Amino acid sequence: MRIVFEKRQEVSRTIRVLVPVLSLVFALIFGAVLLLLSGVNPLVAYAAMAQGAFGDVHALAETLVKAIPLMLTGLGVSIAFRMLFWNIGAEGQLAMGGLAATWVALYASRSLPGWSVVPAAILLGMIAGALWAAIPAVLRAYLQVNETITTLMMNYIAILLVSHMYHGPWRDPEGYGFPGTARFPEVAWLPRIYDRAHAGLFLALIAAAILWFVLQRTKWGFELRITGENPKAARYIGINIPRLILVAMLVSGGLCGLAGVCEVTGVMRRLQQGLTVGYGYTAIIVAWMSQLNPWGVLLVGFLLAGLLVGGDQIQMAMGLPAAMGLVLQGALLFPMLGGSLFAEYKLRIVRSEPQDAVLSHESVAKEAK
Amino acid sequence: MTESRTRDPILRMRGITKRFPGVLANDHIDLKLFEGEVLALLGENGAGKSTLMNVLCGLYRPDEGAITVQGDLVDIQSPRDAYDLGIGMVHQNFMLVETMTVAENVVLGLQGLSFQPELRHVKRRLEALGEQYGLQVDPDAYIWQLSVGEQQRVEILKLLYRDVDILILDEPTAVLTPQEVDDLVEVLRRVVKEGKAAIFITHKLREVMMFSDRVTVLRGGKNVATRSTSETSPEELARLMVGREVLFQLDKTACELGGAVLEVEDLEALNDKGLPALRGVSLTVRAGEIVGIAGVAGNGQRELAEVITGLRDVVDGEVYVNDNCITNCSPLRAIQAGVSHVPEDRVEMGLVGDMSVAENLALKAYRTSEFSRGPVLHPTRMRFFAEDLIDGFDIATPGPETRVKFLSGGNLQKAILARELTACEGLLVAVHPTRGLDVGATETVRDLLLKQREEGTAVLLISEDLDELMEVSDRIAVMFEGEIVGIVPTEEADIDAIGLMMAGEQPRSSKSRSRSRSGTQSQTQEGAAG
Amino acid sequence: MSALDLSLLTSILTITLRAGTSLLYATIGEIYAERSGVLNLGVEGMMMVGAVSAFAVGYHTGSLLLAVAVALIAGTLMALIHAFLSITLRANQVVSGLTLTLFGTGLASFLGQRLGPGGSRLVGLVGPSLSRLPIPMLSDLPLVGPSLFNQDILTYGLYGLVPLAWWYLYKTRPGLYMRSVGENPQTADAMGIRVGANRYLYTMVGGALAGLGGAHLSLAYTKGWTENITGGRGWIAVALVIFAMWDPLRAVIGAALFGGINAVQFRMQAAGTTIPAALLNMLPYIATILVLVIITWWETLRKRIGAPGALGVPYAREEKG
Repeated sequence: MRIVFEKRQEVSRTIRVLVPVLSLVFALIFGAVLLLLSGVNPLVAYAAMAQGAFGDVHALAETLVKAIPLMLTGLGVSIAFRMLFWNIGAEGQLAMGGLAATWVALYASRSLPGWSVVPAAILLGMIAGALWAAIPAVLRAYLQVNETITTLMMNYIAILLVSHMYHGPWRDPEGYGFPGTARFPEVAWLPRIYDRAHAGLFLALIAAAILWFVLQRTKWGFELRITGENPKAARYIGINIPRLILVAMLVSGGLCGLAGVCEVTGVMRRLQQGLTVGYGYTAIIVAWMSQLNPWGVLLVGFLLAGLLVGGDQIQMAMGLPAAMGLVLQGALLFPMLGGSLFAEYKLRIVRSEPQDAVLSHESVAKEAK
Repeated sequence: MTESRTRDPILRMRGITKRFPGVLANDHIDLKLFEGEVLALLGENGAGKSTLMNVLCGLYRPDEGAITVQGDLVDIQSPRDAYDLGIGMVHQNFMLVETMTVAENVVLGLQGLSFQPELRHVKRRLEALGEQYGLQVDPDAYIWQLSVGEQQRVEILKLLYRDVDILILDEPTAVLTPQEVDDLVEVLRRVVKEGKAAIFITHKLREVMMFSDRVTVLRGGKNVATRSTSETSPEELARLMVGREVLFQLDKTACELGGAVLEVEDLEALNDKGLPALRGVSLTVRAGEIVGIAGVAGNGQRELAEVITGLRDVVDGEVYVNDNCITNCSPLRAIQAGVSHVPEDRVEMGLVGDMSVAENLALKAYRTSEFSRGPVLHPTRMRFFAEDLIDGFDIATPGPETRVKFLSGGNLQKAILARELTACEGLLVAVHPTRGLDVGATETVRDLLLKQREEGTAVLLISEDLDELMEVSDRIAVMFEGEIVGIVPTEEADIDAIGLMMAGEQPRSSKSRSRSRSGTQSQTQEGAAG
Repeated sequence: MSALDLSLLTSILTITLRAGTSLLYATIGEIYAERSGVLNLGVEGMMMVGAVSAFAVGYHTGSLLLAVAVALIAGTLMALIHAFLSITLRANQVVSGLTLTLFGTGLASFLGQRLGPGGSRLVGLVGPSLSRLPIPMLSDLPLVGPSLFNQDILTYGLYGLVPLAWWYLYKTRPGLYMRSVGENPQTADAMGIRVGANRYLYTMVGGALAGLGGAHLSLAYTKGWTENITGGRGWIAVALVIFAMWDPLRAVIGAALFGGINAVQFRMQAAGTTIPAALLNMLPYIATILVLVIITWWETLRKRIGAPGALGVPYAREEKG
């Protein structure tokens, strides 16, 4: 008796939706166990989380604050993943975007007309993120260097660079010993919608729409999908794969850079600690869970942000560790990973092979004569 | 030789039948093997030879039939069982770990191997076996350091080390130089002297005559004949191997030939293993003609197709399409020069399984201005295009949005053909286009090829199916070991002669033009008739 | 050589060994996992969990032995998850490993905030640490004495582990089988070797050693628990495996190299250099990228010929279906 995995003929819509949902349920159960172990009633905790994340307009605004960078980096990561390029460097690309935007806000803004500062910050931020991603992309596309490690190393370098800048050369002289740059001039502020939720939301929506359009309706997007699905066929059709990787990564880095721009010009309005808090890594979960679909990224990004904000809330209210949200988000992917197998394969229990129709001894002996 | 007839066979396979979806690979095959002999298993690709031997060495379970070894009925469920019974196989793709030494490879999985293997004893035994059978190889050498011939020796040593009595070799000479082939003959002779026996699978007549004592010919899954090698001839074997009479279809209209569309000159190229696959191939295909490439798979046809379509670089030689030089260019350049390619690997290369039929049909056309305006695609136009093609080529699919991987084999091929034929601007390269298709689909494909020819396309058709080549092509070129050994107009073609050329023999008949083979000296045509 | 130079060299050597210990443990663990064919990107998470659990257990029980043992077990359990996902469920190994790191980091953070006395934070607490054990007589030798023979027990453990790892890999039957599983699972399977079981075992070994590496950080090197205690060492370990070409002895060179960079950073900062701290801190990461590029380029140049035992990279090999 063995267990055999058989490839499914068709992956129905139901299963595609069911798997993430079940994963969510599983993760919530896991979280509930942790909560119980911490001496807290899970139902109360979850209710408090939901309330804290979506309960009123203020809560929603806070959730959006976390959702926007998740959406943008999630979109960036999803593009890379579509090409089977494991971009773990979203965090660093975000940081570089923020860095560039800071420069525009504090220095370039002095010589630019007021209305152009924010667009300039966006542009330069996206370019910075794109270039940061281009380095590992070139190394992979033309030298076959493993991108998982290079993108990751670039993260550490970027984070150190950012930290260095706001502790050192860009430090606010009137900062009262608090490390960080001066507050940005108002011309460099990304407009806010409500509380701290900012216009980056529209940028995220636009980005998702553009991405969807590009993937489904343009030649380039078509080529991207082909290469991700079947690199052999892509070559056969004549697609230039290294160049495609490069361009895709420029886009990916650019989106992550945009997330960084939004953080510094929309939320913090200065460069300080709190820029690199792990959005780039959470983005991986967002991208994977939404199956690399741009609209899915928006939705999952929003929900996951709710999880994080809710986690913060109950930490304060119930004295639970803030890392609760982090643990939950990590736990979410496990059933996703395991579940994705079931989306592709059916489980079958197979009895031992049936005996073949073997000729009996007698007949064999007879014929041998 | 003849004494073996009176003894009992050490191996008997009776009524072996094996079915795969859509194909009856082995059809009630009987086989006998006697001690001390080398038996050749001869047949074309798809004749069922490998399947039969895989059944014997435990990789497949037969649907019907029985195997007796040394008179005892046995049930072989795994390669381990086969080893225990003294049966072992040297596969075409060697089962060797490249980064380990010979000795290490030999002891992998060996029963009773100690925790800290003392390879000294192993090496000594290997050296002794090497001496005994002419299989000398340095036991400390890493596999990657060895030539292919030496690697094969390791595979054989693996079997001898485990006291295997029945050795099976699958196309053993496919990767050997002529010198190494001679060495192998010597090895097999020594091996079977000791009371062992060997079966080797081949499609090359010369080797049947060189190596074997008896030969069993398979065709279409059946055992059609068994002969004593000394009592037969390459001609007879070729006829048995290739089989039925071919009726020339005369519904092919005479076509006016245009200018040369494809010209290749002196192509030399390596295969994936770094061995020479093309050894100086020159060929011209003109507009309005179909040139068929005959030959058993593995003689350079795949590499030829890849060179022409830009998927493989050449070491030497030139490729011209419509007077454009596309030697060593990218696949894109080849496409732009007018080359269309119906590949051998349908699903792995020719299609993107998870994409819809419509998207797959557009894989070539999406670049043209008809279906895209600047960077943006026209999905509606693409869909109409797809619907047209689905109708025109009669592709059975629930709809243009269905994922292409759910289509049956025949329809997959129709989809590829639809796409490639529509986009074709001069040269069509079709590689094994009807492989695995049912009769209806096969006929459709052949008709399509003929229609393309009538429209003035130059077609290069690579196929293992001689019937197909005879029916469809205007000229037939035979490839053997990386060279074109003969080109014949189909009307004048003699199927026996072609069969001989495919198997490495030069036909005696003066009708066929043949090129002298460079280098290789083991021409046995004088003594070939035996 | 003046006394000052000697003392500087000795100091650098000492710090190199201390800094490199956790890295070397993780690297050797990952070598084993990858040699059997499994890419484990969860090393960073496993080190984190190892670090926090070792410190917590050490703090509360006072027993260093128990602390180390728990770290080992924690790493193994995490690796078991990865093994299950990657081998049995055939999930994407890259994503599975990443998830494990994210989860491990989050879990470690969580534990770090809850496992202090009375459920408070572990950060800032002072717990038992592994003390240096000078080896009599040997520790009096010049240069090598204070550096090689005056370390803690986990570092000494490496002196035994490295040769053991090498011996097991190349000189024993199970090591032979492991290598075949990683190089060519189809062949191994055909020869009757159990691919899945081998992979499970060595993935778990990898996790155990990663946990030990983490334990060294919180018990000896950094002495205590902080949020980013590993600082990416788990990732550097993955890169080092490539640098070491999957050989335990060469891994020592890699770990020494990075330990050395750490040591140099340390000394330079202590000596008050003008080079900004950030740049110095970036060195290990930049070095990793450079090392990776050089090695990959070199191997591509050599076209995978003439590379004994190193290539046939067992990355994400699919088990025979």
